[in-house]
Amino acid sequence: MRVLVCVKRVPMTGGRIVLTDDAQAIETKHLGFTVSPHEECGVEEAVRLIEANAGESVVLTLGPPEAEEQLRDAMALGADRAIHLVTDGDEWDAQSTAGAIVEAVRSDEAANGAFDLVFFGNESADSGGYQVGIRVAYALGRPVATGLKGVALEGGAARCEQEVPGGRDVFVLPLPAVVTVLEGLNLPRYPSVPAKLRAQRKPVDASSPTRPQPRLEKLRLVVPESQGKEAEILGHGPDAAPAVVEVLQRIGVA
Amino acid sequence: MATLVYVEEPGDLTQQALAFARGLGEPLHAFTTGDPLAVTGVEKVHHAEGDAFASYAPAAIARALVELVEAQSPSAVVASGTPRGNEVLARVAAITDLPLAANCVASTPGDPASVTRTRWGGSLLEEARIHGERLLLTVQPHAVAPEPATDEPAPVERFAPTLAEEDLVVTVRERAGSSAGGVSLAEAKVVVSCGRGAGSPEGFGIIEELAGLLGGAVGCSRAVTMAGWRPHTDQVGQTGTKIAPDVYIACGISGATQHMAGCKGAKAILAVNIDPEAPILASADYAVIGDLHEVVPAISAELRKAQKGTAEPG
Repeated sequence: MRVLVCVKRVPMTGGRIVLTDDAQAIETKHLGFTVSPHEECGVEEAVRLIEANAGESVVLTLGPPEAEEQLRDAMALGADRAIHLVTDGDEWDAQSTAGAIVEAVRSDEAANGAFDLVFFGNESADSGGYQVGIRVAYALGRPVATGLKGVALEGGAARCEQEVPGGRDVFVLPLPAVVTVLEGLNLPRYPSVPAKLRAQRKPVDASSPTRPQPRLEKLRLVVPESQGKEAEILGHGPDAAPAVVEVLQRIGVA
Repeated sequence: MATLVYVEEPGDLTQQALAFARGLGEPLHAFTTGDPLAVTGVEKVHHAEGDAFASYAPAAIARALVELVEAQSPSAVVASGTPRGNEVLARVAAITDLPLAANCVASTPGDPASVTRTRWGGSLLEEARIHGERLLLTVQPHAVAPEPATDEPAPVERFAPTLAEEDLVVTVRERAGSSAGGVSLAEAKVVVSCGRGAGSPEGFGIIEELAGLLGGAVGCSRAVTMAGWRPHTDQVGQTGTKIAPDVYIACGISGATQHMAGCKGAKAILAVNIDPEAPILASADYAVIGDLHEVVPAISAELRKAQKGTAEPG
């Protein structure tokens, strides 16, 4: 079988977000980069499916040249090869991103056959648009289930589980299909050193699509005003316990 | 017709979405596949009927909503930014090839309309313009005040949408067994959580003890689930559970944006941290500076004393 997983390079934000002077992006001078935890689980699941069923897992990203780092990370986890839609670093909106991914999928499938499953994170860690996977599915004419914490093959179908209050709702999608997943789907492995070295030699197919005019046009980013809150220090060490209990009683929970 | 609201189910989040939608232009119409009589405060309720809607069927719901939108031509279509609200509107956006702004906190209609939407689970805001012949957006939960529900049901117009076979594929086939046991994290009035500072899975013993005394639930940071110490269902954060307790007791939690996006809904935050400079102190209401391994058992002991005191009056 063939499985595709799509990821997005995002900064590791830490405790406090600082913006660039033009307020167009997060200042990343002192930050590392990663992908969304949802996507990390998507990569792990794609790799497990190919380990169990044989075939090929491919990782795709749309992002700046530096996003090759995230493709290599995914290949260190076990993805076989990568597709890099290289941008100049400007952000693409969800519609443009989906459009470029659809074209890349079509062209890869023309050469290599259909992807039985395409994985997305349910939403990206940074812009959180909740739509790229769904747009790609509709453009390809494939069924899509979202927000999944379970994906299993059952005959020619994917059994998809969505956590809801009181249990798990089960969808059964005929393949080929698109799924968007959540962290908690699995516990991703840590890459071994040999796997990291192997990943350096795996193929990356790079191309540079043209960015269309965004229809959701970002003007600027704003760090929300913190409430100007200053925590009331109840004390230091175990001696603070009576003050804590008093607060809990005042709130009405103790 | 000005604004159409997709109502998944009645409740506080729906009242917030209605209040937000009213600001985009009246009259307000609602679309639902659920109980139409439960939707109040709108000019009209459009109710899609059919076997397809017996269980949650997002593709069919979206197709019905698109049919209604094409018939009524609202200038804006709004849903609550819940998992299902976001899903249905993204499907509508995909079918109609319109831009969609998810999890908005403000919007001004116009050509183009402007929106302010959340990023990073609410840790950052984006101001944007949206270029489409119709405004599609979802409303960030708990960002606007809900409008009060009235007890006057609105007039209901029923319709049976035309569905293709492909719209019937994505439907809930069964509800698999629940893992319900103890207090649910999302609903708990008190959540006591801990980060890597617990030291080991066993280190959560003192956290469980305190949560138990308060009738609360145990939470944890992402680092803890990544280490395999606690199940992902315990994780509080942007990619874990979003909680809204009366009080959140965060022990040894530094306050990374990923974590804080999950506990913004807490009415009060009490941080127990050894580092007086930890970022969480900028979001906490109360703090104890000290080693959680000493502070947490002391709080439990004090609580026991207090509880004993009330159990044996006099």
